[in-house]
Amino acid sequence: MDPVAEAIADAHRGEWAAVLAATVRVTRDLDLAEECAQDAYLRALVVWRRDGIPRRPGAWLTTVARNRATDLLRRETVLRRALPLLVLDDAGGAEPEPGGIGDDRLRLIFTCCHPALSRAAQVALTLRLLCGLSTAEVARAFLVPEPTMAARITRAKKKIAVARIPYRVPSAAELPERVGAVLEVVHLVYTTGHAAPVGERLVRTELTGGAIGLARMVHALLPGAAEVAGLLALLLLSEARRDTRVTPEGRLVLLAEQDRSRWDAALIAEGSALVVRALTNRPPTRYAVQAAITAVHAEAPDWASTDWPEICGLYDVLLALWPNPVVALNRAVALGMRDGPEAGLAALEPLLAEPALATYGYLSAARAELLHRVGRWEEALWSYQEALTLIGNAVERDFLERKLIEVRAARDDPNPPGRRAGS
Amino acid sequence: MAKYLVLIYGDEQVWDTHSPQELAAKHAAHGAFAQAAGSAIVGGAQLQAAATATSLRSVENGRAVPTDGPFPETKEVLGGFYLLEAPDLDAAVALAGRLPEIREAGGGVEIRPVVEQ
Repeated sequence: MDPVAEAIADAHRGEWAAVLAATVRVTRDLDLAEECAQDAYLRALVVWRRDGIPRRPGAWLTTVARNRATDLLRRETVLRRALPLLVLDDAGGAEPEPGGIGDDRLRLIFTCCHPALSRAAQVALTLRLLCGLSTAEVARAFLVPEPTMAARITRAKKKIAVARIPYRVPSAAELPERVGAVLEVVHLVYTTGHAAPVGERLVRTELTGGAIGLARMVHALLPGAAEVAGLLALLLLSEARRDTRVTPEGRLVLLAEQDRSRWDAALIAEGSALVVRALTNRPPTRYAVQAAITAVHAEAPDWASTDWPEICGLYDVLLALWPNPVVALNRAVALGMRDGPEAGLAALEPLLAEPALATYGYLSAARAELLHRVGRWEEALWSYQEALTLIGNAVERDFLERKLIEVRAARDDPNPPGRRAGS
Repeated sequence: MAKYLVLIYGDEQVWDTHSPQELAAKHAAHGAFAQAAGSAIVGGAQLQAAATATSLRSVENGRAVPTDGPFPETKEVLGGFYLLEAPDLDAAVALAGRLPEIREAGGGVEIRPVVEQ
């Protein structure tokens, strides 16, 4: 790529949200602001080639986009627009200082993640407006047809304008709850990218990268919010393991078998430092505890020497903080490591009747693994098969298929070698 | 400023079986809401029972055909409404969030922006 194209790609990744958010202030219309921001990036392609890359590309793009908006607003054509103007909290007031609580990017993200919008709409708008993904990319990420995603985004923008969802940073009293909604959206974007529910690829980097960028941005703008630090830490620590989760042939590698020397040490260091900060908040937040669990794994030289008592203790804290059957499942797996597979199976037992987990393939897979370890072959086979019927991701399905072969071989082995290492 | 229609829904069986104390508490809650909302309330009314509703959904020989009952046949019925004026949705939610029906089993309110003429 030539340096100008590279600079534009960089500015798109790093500055899109800032350029758009500042332009919305001028247009008070999301569609028009998007159009102007896109125009600015197109002009950069021409002007930067001719005059060189500006010292502050983001500022250049913002100025060009806003000038374009002012220009268009003077023209009659825009007057025919269908939607009412966005409600600005300080229309006509002073320009907000970039960075910190007044930053327009915060207004944009709180608008996109407003609780009056459905979660699906929040996610779609966030990816489109803050991460700068095209509608086609957002549609692909969530495996819906592009016209469906386009309609979803249009509907959400229309609701923002017509119902007058304000372009505003919530008051201090509302802030914790509203930040919670933002973090749920960011986390959902990451987890969707981290283990795609269906499809050929396990990891979708356009989503994981977008989520980490968002978490960094919110953390930079709200540095005092421990919950944000906790989520950023969680994402960084998970991201550190990204390259070791799948083999070059596309096979899933479980945490136990990952090559830890290839984990990203810089991300682990950054994430671990944030965990320490996030945990100083009392009571700790859900994301901080999840990050702490990931950090304990990150610090262990190998699976066997993981500090399982510490992990179990953290899961107890997490379960109290955020009662959730999936957390209970992970806690049971950790107990299976601390106290042996029988203990893990006992902890899983009550979860089998949990309606929320009735079609959760990871429960079947976790149970199969524990049954495998205690040598209950037939039940292990049955559970792996059950997991296969419930899990749609090709990489994960391939992993389960190989496990089935392993268990069958163990069952049919006339001279069992004894218990598997690690049980 | 924008106008929002706040539609109050609930279970009529719950409403019909209110004790006098519950009724008094509910009236007091609406009074407190009116006090807090003040001039933001443009209009509003409590509606008679859904069983008294008449719906018109077809025409025969050029005349509307009346049928007995509310338009949507649901367990939760429209029991009343307010027309509010508010600067934005957050303000409308903050006001309407004080209504007592939201705290009733099966009850709640729907906030609909009104088309500005």
